[in-house]
Amino acid sequence: MKKVYDSAADALDGLLDDGMLIASGGFGLCGIPEMLIAAIRDAGTKNLSIVSNNAGVDDFGLGLLLQTRQVKKMISSYVGENAEFMRQFLSGELELEFNPQGTLAERMRAGGAGIPGFYTRTGVGTVIADGKEHKDFDDETYILERGIVADLSIVKAWKADETGNLMFRKTARNFNPPAATCGKVCVAEVEEIVPTGSMDPDKIHLPGIYVHRLIQGAHEKRIEQRTTRAA
Amino acid sequence: MPWDRNDMAARAAKELEDGMYVNLGIGIPTLVANYVPEGIDVTLQSENGMLGIGPFPTEDEIDPDLINAGKQTVTEMDRTAYFDSAQSFAMIRGGKIALAILGAMEVDEKGDLANWMIPGKLVKGMGGAMDLVAGVGRVVVVMDHTNKHGVSKVLKECTLPLTGKGVVDRIITNLGVLDVTHRGLHIAELAPGVSREDMIAATEATVV
Repeated sequence: MKKVYDSAADALDGLLDDGMLIASGGFGLCGIPEMLIAAIRDAGTKNLSIVSNNAGVDDFGLGLLLQTRQVKKMISSYVGENAEFMRQFLSGELELEFNPQGTLAERMRAGGAGIPGFYTRTGVGTVIADGKEHKDFDDETYILERGIVADLSIVKAWKADETGNLMFRKTARNFNPPAATCGKVCVAEVEEIVPTGSMDPDKIHLPGIYVHRLIQGAHEKRIEQRTTRAA
Repeated sequence: MPWDRNDMAARAAKELEDGMYVNLGIGIPTLVANYVPEGIDVTLQSENGMLGIGPFPTEDEIDPDLINAGKQTVTEMDRTAYFDSAQSFAMIRGGKIALAILGAMEVDEKGDLANWMIPGKLVKGMGGAMDLVAGVGRVVVVMDHTNKHGVSKVLKECTLPLTGKGVVDRIITNLGVLDVTHRGLHIAELAPGVSREDMIAATEATVV
């Protein structure tokens, strides 16, 4: 069982197909798989559908794949930070499916857990509910949302061991675990790969069963809103 | 004098009760954290996966792995816990968060809320707002009573696409505090110098 690869390009070799659905972790620019995104750009894979909470900014994160017109459709909850995204969306070049953030996270979690659909109150009475099955439970109305199974998941973690057990750091965890679980194949990039046996098994956030390929590298970790108080 | 932004935040902070887990939206709601009353201990949730949001960092403390839902750098506290987005919305959808204080574009007398989309304008997305209003125990809206043209934002019926239907419990504006009841909006409090007549005149919705 070899999960550790030398580069993002190696780790994605044989996994990329035009028209595929990719699930990506990250919230804003925090905890995004920046090396794998850059490698997908370099590979030139086209007509991608991407499920990710956000769409990066113009020159970083998933914004890189928008610049190169590799994305056909985004499934996201919030895309406000990306001018190129808006341009392509308004000109009809890019499809966009808005999902409420919690529904998006649960769609990934459910897909990864073998649950094809779930009922939620979120979105009842809004445009999100249009065309979806409604069902009452205990005098409350719910709508049916589908689990997502992606062709490929790309995620970012803090540390991994060689078997793919992952640890995340602070709020960089965000969508990475649910995104990892919903892919038929998951590639993770981490800041450090440590020898198997050196991580406390009680502190593993995502077991390696969900992670098929791994790379280690340096991350830019760009900050969107640098806010400080006086020292 | 009607309330200003800080007065509204201070008034909204009176909604906090000891031991509550609370989610604060972006804008005026974020300021509520500055006015938590003495002796009241609340834990703030950030929907990107954090309970126990600390103050903004000093320049030396900035950590790109530690941000709030507005993507601002923040710090952690002794009590802080981190978790993933599915867990974060499980606690929201599961009713574990007692109170959400949110901004709004429009609210109506049935408690319908619109705060995510203006047709014809750039749509950024609803983020976690629809999940919050559907799942959180009590939803308090904080906003200016009228828009910049002086038109009431407290309506008989929302005109913008909804974030949630019948979800708002209380509305705090620069003019005072209104509660959503099955008969209409009930004036719970008036800002200093604002009369009942002023409030009614500035409100399109039925005031009872």
